[in-house]
Amino acid sequence: MTTPKDTAPVSDAPGSAAAPGEGAARQGEPLLSVRDLQKHFPVTKGLLQRQVGAVKAVDGVTFDVYPGETLGLVGESGCGKTTTGRLITRLLEPTGGSVAFEGRDITHMSQGHLRPLRRDMQMIFQDPYSSLNPRHTVGTIVGAPFRIQGIETEHGVKKAVQEILALVGLNPEHYNRYPHEFSGGQRQRIGIARTLALKPKLIIADEPVSALDVSIQAQVVNLLEDLQNELNLTYVVIAHDLSVVRHISDRVAVMYLGKVVEIADRKSLYGAPMHPYTNALLSAVPIPDPKGRAGRDRIRLTGDVPSPLNPPPACRFHTRCWKAQEVCKQQEPPLVELATGHKVACHFPENAPAQKADAAV
Amino acid sequence: MTTYIIRRLIGAVIMLLIVSMVTFAIFFLVPRLAGATPESLASRYAGRTATAETQKLIADRLGFNDPLVVQYGRFVKGLVAGSEFDTGASIEQCPAPCFGYSYITQQPVWPDLVDRSRVTLSLAVGAAAIWVFAGVAAGVVSALRRGSFFDRAAMGIALAGVSLPVFFTGMISLVFFSYSLGLTAPGGTYVDFTVNPAQWAYSLILPWITLAFLFAAGYARLTRAGMLETMNEDYVRTARAKGLPERTVVVKHGLRGALTPIVTIFGLDFGLLLGGAVLTESTFSLNGLGKYAIDAITNNDLPKVMGVTLLAAVFVVVANLIVDLLYAVVDPRVRLS
Amino acid sequence: MSVGNGGSAGHLAVRDLSIHFPTDDGLVRAVDGLSFTLERGKTLGIVGESGSGKSVTSLGILGLHKGGHARISGEIWLDGEELVSASADAVRKLRGKKMAMIFQDPLSAMHPYYTVGHQIVEAYRIHNQVSKAAARRHAIDMLGRVGIPEPAQRVDNYPHEFSGGMRQRAMIAMALSCDPELLIADEPTTALDVTVQAQILDLMRDLQREFDSALIIITHDLGVVAELSDDILVMYGGKCIEYGTADDVFYRPEHPYTWGLLGSMPRLDRAPTERLLPIKGSPPSLINVPPGCAFHPRCPYEERTEGRASTEVPGLLETEGGHLVRCHLPREERRAIWENDVKPMLETT
Repeated sequence: MTTPKDTAPVSDAPGSAAAPGEGAARQGEPLLSVRDLQKHFPVTKGLLQRQVGAVKAVDGVTFDVYPGETLGLVGESGCGKTTTGRLITRLLEPTGGSVAFEGRDITHMSQGHLRPLRRDMQMIFQDPYSSLNPRHTVGTIVGAPFRIQGIETEHGVKKAVQEILALVGLNPEHYNRYPHEFSGGQRQRIGIARTLALKPKLIIADEPVSALDVSIQAQVVNLLEDLQNELNLTYVVIAHDLSVVRHISDRVAVMYLGKVVEIADRKSLYGAPMHPYTNALLSAVPIPDPKGRAGRDRIRLTGDVPSPLNPPPACRFHTRCWKAQEVCKQQEPPLVELATGHKVACHFPENAPAQKADAAV
Repeated sequence: MTTYIIRRLIGAVIMLLIVSMVTFAIFFLVPRLAGATPESLASRYAGRTATAETQKLIADRLGFNDPLVVQYGRFVKGLVAGSEFDTGASIEQCPAPCFGYSYITQQPVWPDLVDRSRVTLSLAVGAAAIWVFAGVAAGVVSALRRGSFFDRAAMGIALAGVSLPVFFTGMISLVFFSYSLGLTAPGGTYVDFTVNPAQWAYSLILPWITLAFLFAAGYARLTRAGMLETMNEDYVRTARAKGLPERTVVVKHGLRGALTPIVTIFGLDFGLLLGGAVLTESTFSLNGLGKYAIDAITNNDLPKVMGVTLLAAVFVVVANLIVDLLYAVVDPRVRLS
Repeated sequence: MSVGNGGSAGHLAVRDLSIHFPTDDGLVRAVDGLSFTLERGKTLGIVGESGSGKSVTSLGILGLHKGGHARISGEIWLDGEELVSASADAVRKLRGKKMAMIFQDPLSAMHPYYTVGHQIVEAYRIHNQVSKAAARRHAIDMLGRVGIPEPAQRVDNYPHEFSGGMRQRAMIAMALSCDPELLIADEPTTALDVTVQAQILDLMRDLQREFDSALIIITHDLGVVAELSDDILVMYGGKCIEYGTADDVFYRPEHPYTWGLLGSMPRLDRAPTERLLPIKGSPPSLINVPPGCAFHPRCPYEERTEGRASTEVPGLLETEGGHLVRCHLPREERRAIWENDVKPMLETT
């Protein structure tokens, strides 16, 4: 089986020059295309419940996802990454912008028309405890998509389900067991099995490993990678853990207060981050190296993320940014490509090629 | 916070308006839909012995032939500004708030209601104090000693309290404590609080306990469930980690957290009870609102029945309003919204 | 490491501590024979996955299992006082005063119905005979010291009016209000965002220096442990399986479980690896800890012990200079596996 990952292996191992996600994976049409996506939750106040404002949970997010690649969506709480995932899968109605899947605009498609598309686009949730119905057996849970979509299977649903269970590393004989009989890691495998039942093209995984123990996290991360290679899946992985996102992603988008502030292939993003926020995030991650703690040059942000109800004007990061100038409070920096495949929304980017940085200001 | 209060107040006023309409509709409109004529309606005001002419006359004078809206308007005006009733012989005043005029007793209903309310209020306050204290205390101890003998016994008694009707427990206790042992006052001896507080309590202690037994059970179960939940909360663990004595942990942190549903249910129960504890009042021959309603129904005295119904509804709505406001006191997170 | 000496060895000395819970399904050995010592001004990191017994240990030291169903044995010495045999009330009086705790989720760990100030004042006044006004001044002072802006105003806020980071700061202020000698932090930054986590870790490091308390930090995150700890204790199935200095555990780990933890974790400070190296299987439930070495069903080197792994509990033995390991494999063999097999795998692929 030839997959984009086989032809362009994750290759930013030491000494490799080619960026992952570039080349084979980026050729052709994007599988998922998100343009200026917005989701505003109205805020009402007073006696008459007048709308006095909106929580701009997602406020103009644009990116493409190409077949076979993994896009990581990182950011802190309130940045809108989870909302973005739900907008893409239409679990929430977008306020503005568009989502196109395989070239078809699905932004305002009715639920009836969406149903066949749901086969191609699946979601994995964070909590393997609450996302599985405790009264249903594993067989029923994993087999439900077949029944809902009315899919004929060659040797019956049971056989198909057992094949999927084996695929995700569960014992097919556990077909008749209930979720509570499984450990957290195994439950997450059941959740993954459910999404795989209909052989989807795109999987949106919202914090797929953050509720799991460290040793189990690694198992599930490896499983997701194996499945991607085997089934030619495309992933959008939403996570707050920057280390996990680097491990699993080809490209990474960093979000802050409803906006993408930087998007790049993983090597450039982690190796030469341009946005000060990305720099701060990376520098904040605790490193499991006791000697490292003395020598590291840390960027320490002060304060918390501002409320998305009342985000700072212009560049939303200027209240916490050590490089902020007057222009950052006046003018919102556009998301511009400063290096090949590396876009950043900042007036004073770091690590940027000199002439392009000038042009951006 | 002000918005919250104003919104709740407006809600309560709208609720009262709706309640008055529904009450009005039930007592004036529904009989008519069921085939009653203005004359047959008037016969209820004129008494059973009135002649056909008298009935027609009264129906005219009382405006039963007017359109419904006019009648409702007159009814509301009576509530707000008072009204007059022409009984044929004389014109009777019914000062505001006019909850109706009984032609049988030839009296406005409101003074009766006020009078009877004192008895019902006395009954309700005393019983509530007992059931809240006993129910919450039993619930707390049951929760802290889950599975113990006390827990099982208390929950068993609680079950009995919910299932046994008041006229049964009331009768048994009257026979035992009052007639056999002579410890408590016999039925029908009510002394007003303003006359003699000690006599007041003595005359009501048995009805209080009987009524409280019925309610305490529910509060014990509610408190127990709430405490089982809050005592497992992280903030209770924090309270212990601070080194607080266990009693402070249980009362100030655990019970405080479990209080919200208790306050809610209490407001509703108490409001409902103020409208008349029909069975308890009958069993102990107390002249409260409940007994008043029963007597009015027996005598087919419609204005009285309607007056009691409306007043009971007002109590429930007001109790609800107080619960809503108490919410904000109990839980500071409510104040934000 | 001075276990076996007198009670004065170390400011906190835990000796052979066991905390067992009898249940209908059997005896849960949440903590089984744990020993360590800790000096003032030093930090011990306790690392483990869910069900390793790390949180039960911390609540046990605080005496929060006393009076319940737990069977506690062993000794806990704090500043010359033994806590296991002490009365529940005597231990309660030390709680909050000599030993305090910071919890994982500051939103649920603070009472939603009381102001932040009230909760700090309550913690302070239970151990100090001072007026309400003085306690309030102290609360404002503490909030200022943990970096909360405008503490005189914020003291009257409710927990839900604070942001996550501010709440954890307030929690720390509460724990430090009586200047405790021992501070236990159970997953103090797990519920926080990464930039806020960095702030809180900095704060804890600074405050520990300022208050000169002994700090136990309990976490599953090896990064957090590496940031703060002088010594590290790795727990598995209720037992300590490796104990040593931070350098011992990170640069010379000798237990296969510790290797597994290191291999499971993607690391930002190294070039990305092609694959993570997870441990097979799941952590055991404490009600059904495997016989022999609790880790043997997941251990890749189990067959090298000639069956002893499943029958015999390995002792916690010193390998070198206070570095303790609970493993049947001979010391030389462990070192060879680490140097030749595991370490190269972690560094490159």
